[in-house]
Amino acid sequence: MLRIACPFCGTRDHSEFSYGGDGSVTYPALDAPMQDWHDAVFLRDNICGRQVETWQHVHGCRMWLMVERDTMTHEIFSVRPAHPGLAGALEAAE
Amino acid sequence: MSARRLDAGGRIDRTCPVSFRWDGLTYHGFNGDTLASALMANGQTVLGRSFKYHRPRGIMSAGVEESGAIVSVGAGARQEPNVKATMQELYDGLEARGQNAWPNVHFDLGAVNGLFGRFFSAGFYYKTFMGLPPFEWGRGTGLWMQYEKLIRKAAGMGAASRDADPDAYDHTHAFCDILVVGSGPAGLNAALTAAEAGRDVMLVEQDFELGGDYLNDPAAEAERAEMVAAVGRAGVRILTRTTAFGLYDCGVAGLVERVTDHLAAPDPHLPRQRFWTVRASATVLATGALERSVAFAGNDRPGVMTASAARSYLNRFGILPGQRVVIATTNDSAYGVAADLAAAGGEVTLADARDEVTSAPAGVAMRPGLAPLSTVGRRGVQGVRLATRSGNGWSQAAHEECDLLLVSGGWSPVVNLSSHRGAKPIWNGDLACFLAGPTDEPIHMAGSADGVWNREDCAASGVAAARRAMGEVVEAPAPGGWVRPIQPVYEVRLPGTKAKAFVDPQHDVIGDDVRLAHQEGFVSVEHLKRYTTLGMATDQGKMGNVIGLALMAEALGREVPAVGTTRFRPPYTPVAIGALAGRNVAGHFKPLRRTPLHDWNLRHGATMTEAGLWQRTWYFARAGETITEAYIREAATVRQTVGVCDVSSLGKIAVQGPDAAEFLNRVYTNAFAKLPIGKARYGIMLRDDGIVMDDGTTWRLGEADFLMTTTTTNAGRVMVWLEELLQTRWPYLRVHVTSVTDRWAGVSVAGPKARETIAACLELGTDISTEALPFMGVAPVTLKGGVKGLIARISFSGEQAYELYVPADQGEEMMDLLWPATEKLGGCLYGLEALGALRIEKGHVTGAELDGRMTIDDAGLGKMASSKKPYIGAALRQRPELTRADRPRLVGIFPKDRSQTFNGGALLCAKGRVSGFGEGWVTAVTHSPALGHWIGLGYIAGGHEAWAGKSVTAADPVRRGNVEVEIVSPHMFDPEGVRMHG
Ligand SMILES: [Zn+2]
Repeated sequence: MLRIACPFCGTRDHSEFSYGGDGSVTYPALDAPMQDWHDAVFLRDNICGRQVETWQHVHGCRMWLMVERDTMTHEIFSVRPAHPGLAGALEAAE
Repeated sequence: MSARRLDAGGRIDRTCPVSFRWDGLTYHGFNGDTLASALMANGQTVLGRSFKYHRPRGIMSAGVEESGAIVSVGAGARQEPNVKATMQELYDGLEARGQNAWPNVHFDLGAVNGLFGRFFSAGFYYKTFMGLPPFEWGRGTGLWMQYEKLIRKAAGMGAASRDADPDAYDHTHAFCDILVVGSGPAGLNAALTAAEAGRDVMLVEQDFELGGDYLNDPAAEAERAEMVAAVGRAGVRILTRTTAFGLYDCGVAGLVERVTDHLAAPDPHLPRQRFWTVRASATVLATGALERSVAFAGNDRPGVMTASAARSYLNRFGILPGQRVVIATTNDSAYGVAADLAAAGGEVTLADARDEVTSAPAGVAMRPGLAPLSTVGRRGVQGVRLATRSGNGWSQAAHEECDLLLVSGGWSPVVNLSSHRGAKPIWNGDLACFLAGPTDEPIHMAGSADGVWNREDCAASGVAAARRAMGEVVEAPAPGGWVRPIQPVYEVRLPGTKAKAFVDPQHDVIGDDVRLAHQEGFVSVEHLKRYTTLGMATDQGKMGNVIGLALMAEALGREVPAVGTTRFRPPYTPVAIGALAGRNVAGHFKPLRRTPLHDWNLRHGATMTEAGLWQRTWYFARAGETITEAYIREAATVRQTVGVCDVSSLGKIAVQGPDAAEFLNRVYTNAFAKLPIGKARYGIMLRDDGIVMDDGTTWRLGEADFLMTTTTTNAGRVMVWLEELLQTRWPYLRVHVTSVTDRWAGVSVAGPKARETIAACLELGTDISTEALPFMGVAPVTLKGGVKGLIARISFSGEQAYELYVPADQGEEMMDLLWPATEKLGGCLYGLEALGALRIEKGHVTGAELDGRMTIDDAGLGKMASSKKPYIGAALRQRPELTRADRPRLVGIFPKDRSQTFNGGALLCAKGRVSGFGEGWVTAVTHSPALGHWIGLGYIAGGHEAWAGKSVTAADPVRRGNVEVEIVSPHMFDPEGVRMHG
């Protein structure tokens, strides 16, 4: 029963969210070689501890979020919009 | 055991008698009784039979740790097995039965199992039936399957009702600053301290009365009443009859509140139970401690119980549970019990395993240095043999006659909830118990749950826990509090003897089982647990785990901490499945989606079917028609004249913005950048890994305005995917996506007379000729009467066909225009079954073919993949494994004997080689009205070219058997598409 502080809606139960994946992956250009895509899609670290992951507030504002979470304790360190423009705008507003 | 109800004393209401039925006979108790106390007062000693050996069992405790008095309660659909009689509140008309016994608990034929006890020793199942390695298919497994039913019948728990649960259950949510679990001296003080400091406090108690250990001491009643009143005044939210069964991440606690389980005639508007999800900023666990027994021969005989239980029956329920009482203790806690029982008129002998005795309570005969060795008696205890220490072991020293034997082997703090959070319990050798391990979470132990034994210290411990929960740094009372240290005794037996000394009475695990496990090489406590099933019954070893660990430690020649403990997992006590389900049952199990035309369809004879969450039209049977006759007629009518089908459930996503065309060009495998306004295009989108995600048509309504359609099934998934791409990967694209599925009512109008049908419904002068609205053309239209919508000339059926969309709330108006026009031309309404037949004839794919494993080439749509532009999945669809020539390819399937049919899901095998996974599989089968026989779609290695002229078997061994088939092109009807473009 994680609780995630959505920057747009407030703190909500994790059942409102759906898990995306590893938030640290930079996807290659569409015309990048197969090997680059292979690495981006299939190679994942199995982190014990802090990792950045994507979640979508699918039963809320539907925004994709970057969530920094401890995979052992489920402690959540930060939540920000995945969209860099929105993240920047929120930071500027603070 | 010669228990009798006293004339006075206890918390029961003697002015309020209650009648109940036990094993078919009527008995009486009082308001305030539990089923266990009422049965005890009625002289009932044998209340059940044990799990494996069918030994008679009686009441062993007065609480949640009960392992003997496990009964079935209720009748008919409300029959509930494995209820602890010690926790079941008595009410008028309560109906209960003993279980695991036939014909009854007093005369049980299954007790013969006891004579064959060696067959049920640890690992019996594994050794006998899984002689071949477990999980491997072979002789042992076969034997197992043969005997399993018999053994389950002989050894088992009570039976649940086979009927649907007639009761309602609610889910509810709550927030608080501090959740206090347990309302004994520690819990009440914790709740009061926090509430008086202004915190929002919830106090949860599994019992029906607040007070915990206060309830067992009449001298403390004034103090208890004052505390209960004070927490009420302080605004504490109190939940009784509520068990905190689990702690979860982020301060979440799961509670089950038994709302009506204690009522004779519950308000039908109340739920039976309420499942609470509580989110607390901090949690105080004042969950108390459970007294444990000692393993010795016959320690499960009715009339043997924990010492504290006797005190509870005496002081809370007004019952003197035995006349001649022997108490065998290892610690100070039994002295108060001895004094109370003696004062109530019992003849009490107190055997203390410790040699030095300082003071005997008044009227109690002291027997220092003695521990229980074995009990005598048949269905009830008649005497106990006592042993004295001799060297490293024990030797028989005395015999005492008695009708009640009370045992105190020590106390186990209830650390279960803390363990749920991963805090590993730590062994305290001085107190001979596990204490909660450290945790970084805001969870604070209080009272005897923290190993604090004295009531005053427990109260102080509760105050301290509350203050810590509020962020203060305070000293808590140290664990302990007995005058003389405990002398741990876990098992008493004479060297070299074998006896049934129960460690886990609920699962019939004995000391010898633990030693056998050790002899057979088990050293890990987790393995021990699984091999012997110790602690795996419904009580999760509340009484037996510590003894089992101690015996294992002894066998290994180690200390208890070196053996470790197993982790407790939720639930603390069993939770009814109905409570977990709540209101999400039957029609509320999942959301229901109806199209805007749902009612209209029903009025016009539709039979509906489920398609994911959607209710869709399945077929429109005319009088006397079967489903098969109906869909064949509908499909044939579409090919001959015209048919109308509700397609409103198709996913619809508005893709809008200056970069919308560029976005679609990246998402779809084919080109969308130059799609003209007023045209639609069929597109396929892949996942990153090159596998097909979904397909559908996208319509360009304006320069920066597209309407994407998706399959019904994948609408939600595609929407999430587009949002992910726009927000995480390509945030610079100026595109907005909006789900508009529910905005539109949509129909497909298909057949040679489709244009004529629609034209009759449009505003006069609207031109939808091929010149004005060519194949794949899109245009806004106005219906007669002024309803505005969209029309697109697209075809799934392979006929001349249109999709017509109008605003959802005007859908019925559209149908009321379309249907007369359709009927006039000899057309019909058609459902999913006919739609399936039409698309299978054409070889058009849907979810059955695009099942998340197939590439665009597998589906025969490789020409849809652009080589001129990159798109999602373009790189990884070229992986060597996905481009092998022997990949499965979409094919059409005809039965060799055209009068035969075959099944969807059948495996396609080369003739004569029906084995393993075969060469392919059948995804869809229909009767084709156009071809006049059964046809199918499927996949087979290499595609239809590779199988031309070869014999193939559609193998379905469990249903239809083998059918000879031919593999053909998937485009089985009108492969050139003449009809569609006409
Ligand atoms: Zn949100």
